[in-house]
Amino acid sequence: MGPKLEAINVTVRYENPRTGVTTLALDRCSVGVQSGEFLAIVGPSGCGKTTFLYCLDGLLPLTEGRILVDGRPVVSPGRDRAVVFQSPSLLPWRTVLRNVTYGLELQGTPLPEAIARARQMISLVGLDGFERYHPSELSGGMQQRVNLARALVMDAEVILLDEPFAALDAQTREFMQAELMRIWQETRRTAVFITHQINEAIYLADRVVVYSARPGRVKSIIPVGFPRPRELRVKRTPEFLALEDHIWGLIEEEVRTTLGSAAHA
Amino acid sequence: MLEEKALPAGGERLDAPVPRPRRGRLSPTVRARAIGTIAVTLFVVAWEGVVRLGQVNPLFTSSPTRIVATFIRMLHEGVLGKDIRVSGTEFLIGYGLAVVVGILLGVAMGWYRDVAAALQPFVSALYSTPRIALVPLFIIWLGIGIWSKVAVVFLVAVFQVLISTEAGVRAADESLIRTARSFGARDRQIFSTIVLPGAVPFLIAGLRLGLGQALVGIVVGELYAATAGIGYEIAVAGETFQTDRVFVGIVILASAAIVLMWALRQWELRFESWKPQRRA
Repeated sequence: MGPKLEAINVTVRYENPRTGVTTLALDRCSVGVQSGEFLAIVGPSGCGKTTFLYCLDGLLPLTEGRILVDGRPVVSPGRDRAVVFQSPSLLPWRTVLRNVTYGLELQGTPLPEAIARARQMISLVGLDGFERYHPSELSGGMQQRVNLARALVMDAEVILLDEPFAALDAQTREFMQAELMRIWQETRRTAVFITHQINEAIYLADRVVVYSARPGRVKSIIPVGFPRPRELRVKRTPEFLALEDHIWGLIEEEVRTTLGSAAHA
Repeated sequence: MLEEKALPAGGERLDAPVPRPRRGRLSPTVRARAIGTIAVTLFVVAWEGVVRLGQVNPLFTSSPTRIVATFIRMLHEGVLGKDIRVSGTEFLIGYGLAVVVGILLGVAMGWYRDVAAALQPFVSALYSTPRIALVPLFIIWLGIGIWSKVAVVFLVAVFQVLISTEAGVRAADESLIRTARSFGARDRQIFSTIVLPGAVPFLIAGLRLGLGQALVGIVVGELYAATAGIGYEIAVAGETFQTDRVFVGIVILASAAIVLMWALRQWELRFESWKPQRRA
């Protein structure tokens, strides 16, 4: 069986409309994600990770290459994929409940059904009792749970997460990682998770893809063998730390090269 | 209340609640309202007082009791009812048209770049012109009946509504639009679910600015040339040194403004439930 989601030689070039200068953001990135797999992508900041995720969703056009879901090419956002954006991006005038139903409503799901499904998902992300709150009444972590629920309720086979916990404080972030693990364990979607935090990537993923500095290339793909379900304390084991050290070494090389070339320029 | 509810795992904190007023003290809003009422009462009493004590000539200053008495007399004469009806009609038609046209054009200009490009020169030119200067033209075109005043009211109010609406549509949150697109939203859906609701606070601000302008428009239009209306009554009374009647007109206009602004504010609050509470 082929991969669920496959990126083949994905290349993205931007042109700055003002200066006419073209920038190569992604250079021939090829990644395959198996059905039910949790794949994390790490890389130095500015390496095009988010660009790559938007390409997977069909929000950005590719300059070259192809993206396939179940062997079918992706040209636009589709029902088989859902995104959890870095900022919660909640509609401030809608309640938690109606934010979660939002995607379903756009796709024409009858409202009673959308509400029933949204209630289940709100419960799954631990927001029971907050259905009628507006986003401004919630903390950052709770808003991110709503963002997560809104993507999960779509029942998309592939879920794409763009640094969803980046803006949270360290403790909330740890809890949210554990929560995401629990939810993913229950729903078992194919997941692609972008982050710049190495231990987050290792803790969550079956495999970690390391990107090079701009232009983003796949530098290395590292399997993570820790058994599931994983507890947060796996992060303190020597094996985990060794793996983290190894990946950090790969990224450090990249950062040094970039900083070095910038210094010479 | 929020803080009494069990928070989900994660120890997340909601934003710090506003400290409640201590028992036995007035809440800040009630306190402010009480102080305001007392201040106004003192002002009215002082006004009446200086007139009664012969410190000032009521021919110039009138006085609260004289204003009330004149108001009742004018009601019985039957003039006032007609004036209110005429000015009210001018306001309703002119402001109503301004709201409808302002919203439609504002939305079109905010959403379609080409429409904005076509209309922007006219909007900029007319908005910068003191539109009151066009009153003589309207009198020539539309006569001294209500329609010249309707035109003035429309023209002074429409730009406030239009410009605010356009700004609101333009200000649509990019990250929300991207979210909608990732759910496969069509342009029409993005417009109705993201752009329009996001523009409502801007729109209401425009309605309020336009309302103030519309009231100015009525008075100036009627001062200039009219056969009836509150502004007309003020003009005639002023020319004949009937200070009491001038004040009756002013009080009616001020009351109308206060009531209309209050109504808009109530409406705004309904739409604003999703916004973080503004603390005065």
